[in-house]
Amino acid sequence: MNFIMKATAASLATIVALSAPASAELTGELKINLDTSNPAPRATMEAMISRFQALNPELNITTTVIDREAYKTQIRNFLSADAPDVLTWYAANRMKPYVEAGLFEDVSDLWAEPAIAGSLASTKGALTLDGKQWGVPYSYYQIGVYYRQDIYEELGLSEPADFNEMLANCEAMIASGRKCYTIGTKWLWTAAAWFDYINMRTHGFDFQMEMARGEVKWTDPRVYETFENWGKLVRMGAFIDDHQNKDWQQSLPFVVNGEAGAILLGNFTVSPLREAGLTDDQLDFHQFPPITPGVALSEAAPTDSFHIAANAQNKENARAFLRYLVSPAEQTIINNGANLTQLPVNSAAAVDDDKFLKQGFEMLSTNSPGGVSQFFDRDFPAEIAQAAMEGMQEFMVFPDNLDDVLERIEAVREDSY
Amino acid sequence: MTTKSAWNITLAKQGWYKRNEIALTPWLFLIPGIVMFTMYVVFPIFQSFQISLFKWDGLGKLGTHGEYVGLANYEKLLTRDRSFNISLWNNLKWLIFYLVSIPAGLLIALFLNQAVRGIRLYKSLFFFPFVISQIVVGLVFTWFYDPQYGLFNGIIGFVGFEPINVLGDPGLATYGVIAAGVWPQTAFCMILYLTGLNSVDTEQVEAARLDGAKGMKMLWYVILPQLRPATFIAFVVTVIGSLRSFDLIAIMTNGGPFGSSRVLGFYMFEKSLSEYGFKMGYGAAIAVILFLIMMIFIGYFLWRTYQDEKAANQ
Repeated sequence: MNFIMKATAASLATIVALSAPASAELTGELKINLDTSNPAPRATMEAMISRFQALNPELNITTTVIDREAYKTQIRNFLSADAPDVLTWYAANRMKPYVEAGLFEDVSDLWAEPAIAGSLASTKGALTLDGKQWGVPYSYYQIGVYYRQDIYEELGLSEPADFNEMLANCEAMIASGRKCYTIGTKWLWTAAAWFDYINMRTHGFDFQMEMARGEVKWTDPRVYETFENWGKLVRMGAFIDDHQNKDWQQSLPFVVNGEAGAILLGNFTVSPLREAGLTDDQLDFHQFPPITPGVALSEAAPTDSFHIAANAQNKENARAFLRYLVSPAEQTIINNGANLTQLPVNSAAAVDDDKFLKQGFEMLSTNSPGGVSQFFDRDFPAEIAQAAMEGMQEFMVFPDNLDDVLERIEAVREDSY
Repeated sequence: MTTKSAWNITLAKQGWYKRNEIALTPWLFLIPGIVMFTMYVVFPIFQSFQISLFKWDGLGKLGTHGEYVGLANYEKLLTRDRSFNISLWNNLKWLIFYLVSIPAGLLIALFLNQAVRGIRLYKSLFFFPFVISQIVVGLVFTWFYDPQYGLFNGIIGFVGFEPINVLGDPGLATYGVIAAGVWPQTAFCMILYLTGLNSVDTEQVEAARLDGAKGMKMLWYVILPQLRPATFIAFVVTVIGSLRSFDLIAIMTNGGPFGSSRVLGFYMFEKSLSEYGFKMGYGAAIAVILFLIMMIFIGYFLWRTYQDEKAANQ
């Protein structure tokens, strides 16, 4: 492999593309850093790596799994000080600081290969900055309302067709002595899911993106409208108490015990809920209902990705690993209901025959005409995301502080764009 | 005379090092310390000053990615940043309420300073919180305060109060975290006082007793003055400890709810190194201000030590 390493960058892509089908066994080292510390993703990744190892028995693979929240602060250290070859991270704006600092490897050459160019086209935009690609996706998932079907049936409720029905359902839920939605906002981002949906349903996808680019003041009347819709839920007591010091995992028992009817989160919620004992008859999924009539439905579908560190020692092995993990066969396995329970990024891969994955895939491919965003903290610049999510948490506890909250976020926006 | 010249001759015969041994040896011993201190303390202080004048995300090289902004970071910090004000106030709260651990430590030390069977065991049990990691202390207190299952709400419920979510209430969160910090700090002060009490002059105590002093009077006029060195160390360590509070906040509230329990150290971390923090220059400016505040206390500490040494040498 050494002669390839010495080849010039321009010829490198073609050589690799030609030699890939021959797939000579890899040798040397491969260092992988993973943030998949939750049980199901961890097992999935470790199984995938061991399959890759089996194909390349001579390759010495070192895997480091870091706690998901801690990973977010450690990444900058290991990228510059002790760079792994391959690492997990998030698409869109979340990778921008590292791309700008030259810490992520440009992998546009991989995207030019026919095997990837055609089958990953749908997520290419999320991995593209400055016209180049900086990683490959391995999974994405829908976000929506996961609700206790059995409780809804007991109360005679059905999936809400619009926001008023959503509020009416919630009334009934509260009347039965339950909370409508569970949430844990200690790490802030869960509150942003609510903002994303209520904002996109109130004003549409394009407005959300204008906000992300900093073109709209946070004190704009339209932003107030979004928060007022959200406030209807907050003021009626739709959310569980004391969510500000729970993480999302700690908020799940409320759904499991039937103390709350539903949760708005990504599909990764399903696996812990199933493990806690909820069957597919008890748990169901629905799309976030429309709020303003006529606004096209849009969705948030965060894409998780693998990247190569610019300071990596074994970039060829790393590229081979990325090629392997986006292959249709691997995509089908790692995203199935027994593993990540998420959606495969490769169009040739099969979506698992899983209740939630089927609904999510259908929603994203047929019922999201407005557009698909990544997620609040991946679409908005880091500084705004931090200040805004903190404000959202405050709003969910003290809805009367709204003026103050929005002025504070606006001050950060003015400073940062 | 002969001996002196003989001495000089020996000196001349000896090497350069031997001749200057008395002057050099202390410096030789100091070199590792000085090198470390310069490299890891003095140099970073000046570097922080430098970085605080830039707008820089902390990822690329300062020279190419940083943008020189002069004192703009300080101007924004001191005039327009409410989170900074909250953090500063919280630091002040920490400073004041953390000091509770000094009298608390003294009280426990006085209580434990007796010859009873098994006293060593009791002493080590009281010292235990200082031995365990701050992270564990933080976790234990987080569970203690848990609004649903926590012992704290069980206790106040028993006395007839409504349950409160200490760490979820922006007005109470800081006090909740300080209380968790006071626990191990009390143990530390207790140890300082216990060693201090060992060296209390029994003759003076006897004399005072003969003069009819007891109880509070005995404590105030006879025991405490003798414990002054211990009090001084306890004070300085507690003040500095309160200013560097970080781990408990990170583990218990993560600065929340909505940033109400941040202190300067945590805010600095959040701005420059956390998940969404890419403002190294701004973080450095916070660090510099925290450094200046700390210098007041450290300066006082050094001045006092210097004065004491001078008095002792006279």
